[in-house]
Amino acid sequence: MTPDMEVEIAGVKWKNPVTVASGTFGSGMEYGEFIDLNRLGAITSKGVAIEPWEGNGTPRVAETPSGMLNAIGLQNPGMEVFRNRDIPFMKKYDTVAVVNVVGKSTEEYIQAVEALGDTDVDMLEINISCPNVKEGGIAFGTDKNVAAALTKEIKAHAKQPVIMKLSPNVTSITEMAKAVEDAGADAISLINTVTGMKIDVERQSIFLANKTGGLSGPAIRPIAVRMVYEASHSVKIPVIGMGGITCAEDALEFILAGATAVSVGTASFNNPYTAIEVIDGIRDYMVRKNINSIKDIIGIV
Amino acid sequence: MLFHENVEITKKSRLSSDIYEIYFKSESIAKAAKPGQFINVYINDDSKLLPRPISICEVKNDEIRLDFRVVGAGTSEMASYEVGDKITVTGPIGNGYDVDYINNNFKHIVLFGGGIGIPPMLELSKRINIEKTVILGYRDELFLNEDFKDYGNVIIASESGEWGTKGNVLNAFDEHEITADVFAGCGPKVMLNAIKNVAVQKNIPFFMSLEERMACGVGACLACVCKTTSKDAHSNVNNARVCVDGPVFEAKEVEL
Repeated sequence: MTPDMEVEIAGVKWKNPVTVASGTFGSGMEYGEFIDLNRLGAITSKGVAIEPWEGNGTPRVAETPSGMLNAIGLQNPGMEVFRNRDIPFMKKYDTVAVVNVVGKSTEEYIQAVEALGDTDVDMLEINISCPNVKEGGIAFGTDKNVAAALTKEIKAHAKQPVIMKLSPNVTSITEMAKAVEDAGADAISLINTVTGMKIDVERQSIFLANKTGGLSGPAIRPIAVRMVYEASHSVKIPVIGMGGITCAEDALEFILAGATAVSVGTASFNNPYTAIEVIDGIRDYMVRKNINSIKDIIGIV
Repeated sequence: MLFHENVEITKKSRLSSDIYEIYFKSESIAKAAKPGQFINVYINDDSKLLPRPISICEVKNDEIRLDFRVVGAGTSEMASYEVGDKITVTGPIGNGYDVDYINNNFKHIVLFGGGIGIPPMLELSKRINIEKTVILGYRDELFLNEDFKDYGNVIIASESGEWGTKGNVLNAFDEHEITADVFAGCGPKVMLNAIKNVAVQKNIPFFMSLEERMACGVGACLACVCKTTSKDAHSNVNNARVCVDGPVFEAKEVEL
């Protein structure tokens, strides 16, 4: 028996519940040298804005115990290049194409969403949680009224289903989740990175050029599992869970906690085959536990 | 072509107080490798997530030689590996040096290596067949200098003054009154910048290999960028990825 791994998010069917976290995978071109992208439930692109962004100075990354800090600053080539190069690449594969959208103002988010309206992108993920840019990103993701207002605006202009990507750097994740659900979000994804800092003790200086960065990797997994559990129990829309997933067991924690799908992020840097190993491992688990459909175990703990 | 393999360490030695070398066996990587390219070494300790990008020092039949300086916990672990241990690697990564272009268009090259920037100059010096002068800069302890002797005229500079010219590689360059029509080099940014100034003044090309903090090491994450003087074709801004667009750049293409 082949277990049924299909999930549905906002009317879009994914062949399995595994995608990659925005910003860790480009648009798939680089990791396509290692893995068969057709096997992914979805490809989630790096954030794209209406205009090109240069991002932050270097160093942009620092390794930390079981994790890493990054402060890339949402460098991206802008919508024109992205539409001509990245979307056709993603659409060559038999997988769902999710485009992550960034902006510095409500107007910029709307322009980007509208520019994607006539493309064959399947879903939009709206990044309101990047801790590494001064304007936009996180500014929209830490106040529930601001997040709700942006969600409403985006929903009024978007042609594709909208996933709002939430930040863990908030007092109450359930309030944020409920606020964007009430404003019309079709799904939510969480968690983005946790704000952190590293000091270079020999040089007696702050390590990252941006001073602070976003912590990702296994170090944040228990925080992410807790937040996915809380968020999925407070909203009816599907939740895409992420934060430190390195193997099928990690992914299953999120699914059992309430995630309809999961994203592999930083782990791809350590092992380019992680996403595929997670898919295979979930299938093996379902066979071993005699689970017919992955839907049967979403949020059962 | 990139290879991701679990490979066996075939040789290991300590070259100075903080410089070590390991050889590993991989026919596919050895066949594809060019000077200036690097290998991502994945650390066996799972709590260290990011690969260590180590430049290729030498290709010997089906073996790759990696020389590295112990600077932190990851390279410390690498220094503890012994012959027979297995490590996971990806490579060869990056553009590497265009050896044919150099051999076909120039008469005399100077290869500058500073500190841990010396190792990538070895494979390059083996493949360059025009007249060459190798200038190696050290703080105090020498390493690898004997290996260059078969491939060119070797000049040494040391900050301590214990070996060769007292000072840096450019002090040695001036002292020996070398005439060249192309430069290549790897080393600290201050050194590269100083060589760049000389190259610009002499109006000759300088192919330098850069170093930057990397995460994925395969071009996806955009961590290891350098500033480019004109808009980069891939990024559509004035940033190039050191890992896959470099690590070798002509000096005028980037701002150090």
